[in-house]
Amino acid sequence: MSDLNKLTIAEARDALRRGETTAVELTNACLSTIEDSSALGTFVHNTPDLALARAEAADQRIKSGEAPALCGVPIGIKDLFCTEGVESQAASKILSGFRPAYESTVSARLRDAGAVMLGKLNMDEFAMGSSNETSVYGPAVNPWRANGSDQNLTPGGSSGGSAAAVAADLCLGATGTDTGGSIRQPAAFTGTVGLKPTYGRCSRWGIVAFASSLDQAGPMTKTVRDAAIMGAAMMGHDPKDSTSADLPVPDFEALLTGDIRGKTIGIPREYRVDGMPEEIEKLWADGAAMLKDAGAELRDISLPHTKYALPAYYVIAPAEASSNLARYDGVRFGYRAELSQGDGITELYEKTRAEGFGAEVKRRIMIGTYVLSAGFYDAYYNRARRVRSLIKRDFEEVFAAGVDAILTPATPSAAFELGKKVADPVEMYLNDVFTVTVNLAGLPGVALPTGLSSAGLPLGLQLIGRPFEEGDLLNTAYVLETAAGFVAKPNKWW
Amino acid sequence: MSIDTETAARVAKLARIKVDPAELPSLASEFNAILGFIEQLSELDVSDIEPMTSVAPQRLKARVDEVTDGNQQSKVLSNAPDAREGFFAVPKVVE
Repeated sequence: MSDLNKLTIAEARDALRRGETTAVELTNACLSTIEDSSALGTFVHNTPDLALARAEAADQRIKSGEAPALCGVPIGIKDLFCTEGVESQAASKILSGFRPAYESTVSARLRDAGAVMLGKLNMDEFAMGSSNETSVYGPAVNPWRANGSDQNLTPGGSSGGSAAAVAADLCLGATGTDTGGSIRQPAAFTGTVGLKPTYGRCSRWGIVAFASSLDQAGPMTKTVRDAAIMGAAMMGHDPKDSTSADLPVPDFEALLTGDIRGKTIGIPREYRVDGMPEEIEKLWADGAAMLKDAGAELRDISLPHTKYALPAYYVIAPAEASSNLARYDGVRFGYRAELSQGDGITELYEKTRAEGFGAEVKRRIMIGTYVLSAGFYDAYYNRARRVRSLIKRDFEEVFAAGVDAILTPATPSAAFELGKKVADPVEMYLNDVFTVTVNLAGLPGVALPTGLSSAGLPLGLQLIGRPFEEGDLLNTAYVLETAAGFVAKPNKWW
Repeated sequence: MSIDTETAARVAKLARIKVDPAELPSLASEFNAILGFIEQLSELDVSDIEPMTSVAPQRLKARVDEVTDGNQQSKVLSNAPDAREGFFAVPKVVE
């Protein structure tokens, strides 16, 4: 078989089981493609020896006839996941050299299912960013370029390396994490599928924490079917994360029936934002029409507190980040600043954190510190938590009225140029306007490509589902994917 | 609400991040831009709404109270920038 790295997870699984290829062949195909693709800046810590050892073990397991779906499938792991003995830096200088002595629950589940880790993937520092430009490694680059242009575009963020690697066929799937849109926005920018599961579906244990009440890991893949397969392998109860849901994980792939007759799809009027490009409006209307043609009923709905989601997020997420990132003090792991004569422990903390964190991370830690400080806690933090209750209630009311899923654009634009938005933090934050509500309400959301912009760049739609009904959500996404028939791939320039 | 350089310096101190005094004015203006964006939240009447404590309607589970781990001193110290004689080493704290 040729171009093994271009297979989907489902195709690779079937080919492996039929004996048409081996995990070692698949892994070698990906490793040589990765070597060729350094211009994309996706893989930041390569683990080829480990990958080949795991691939050999996977081949043994497949031969024995006892092999889970992911056995032998080469994947990439976002740098935010702790991986035993392998650098795990959250794309930050402050974790330089950090090699965890343990494996995160999600990456351990994938490893135990036989998936082959090829290496660690680029991201925004501590997952704070929407363009992958806050990374200490430098940005990952989108394999897509606008027609006739040689300008490098962002793959989105924070899971930009994961999205770019999957879009460029460097791996068959990748892990991402999503705190405000960090799986879905990069998926939309790269023509890939990204699933953010319900809060509590994936264990957060061993994933470097950003905002614990919002963080959720999920799969980034080439197809909805692959998201179903990889997602199911990542999810499940974990006693080591007290917020992990003790619920069975269904066989999502078996739920991809392609039948959504009688389902009700909500179209929220508040997502029609000022200045939205016409091609995004059209993409959205076309997507709705496809679901209607498949037998779903469309319903105009209102989620009245939508416009307050981003401001609430930019209180809650920095507040939680300022607490979570207090642990980076130069004492127990990672970077420590050089001290001057007479410096004490306070200078050790202050210099280490000043030198170890990048500008955006420092900005968010300090905003978080401010909104939690005496005198402002009620005005900012408690108010934001109250608004969060209202945002969640908006969704609960819509679901209680019989809506099965909600269709929205995934992003307000196609991928933008690297360097274009770094100067204005608030403008960068607006990237998450359609995705952040889902994190605040703890819901599952999936982004998938359904069209191309006039410049030839992928555009994605988002479907939002009821809590813990990822199977139903993915089935609706599968119908949309089939109807949209998105097959475009980036032209190789790298 | 507007943040002056003195407040910016206080926040940096609370966050244990060293900031060069020359950078305080631009830091304060960045804070003000972000807080201006957040200010929209004050448009809403939330007096009757409970602050969210957990997004999922579930009780946190208590683990069985038993020892499951331990005796990993070398692993715990393996990533320390400065470890000596089984301890994390830091500059002198007590005179």
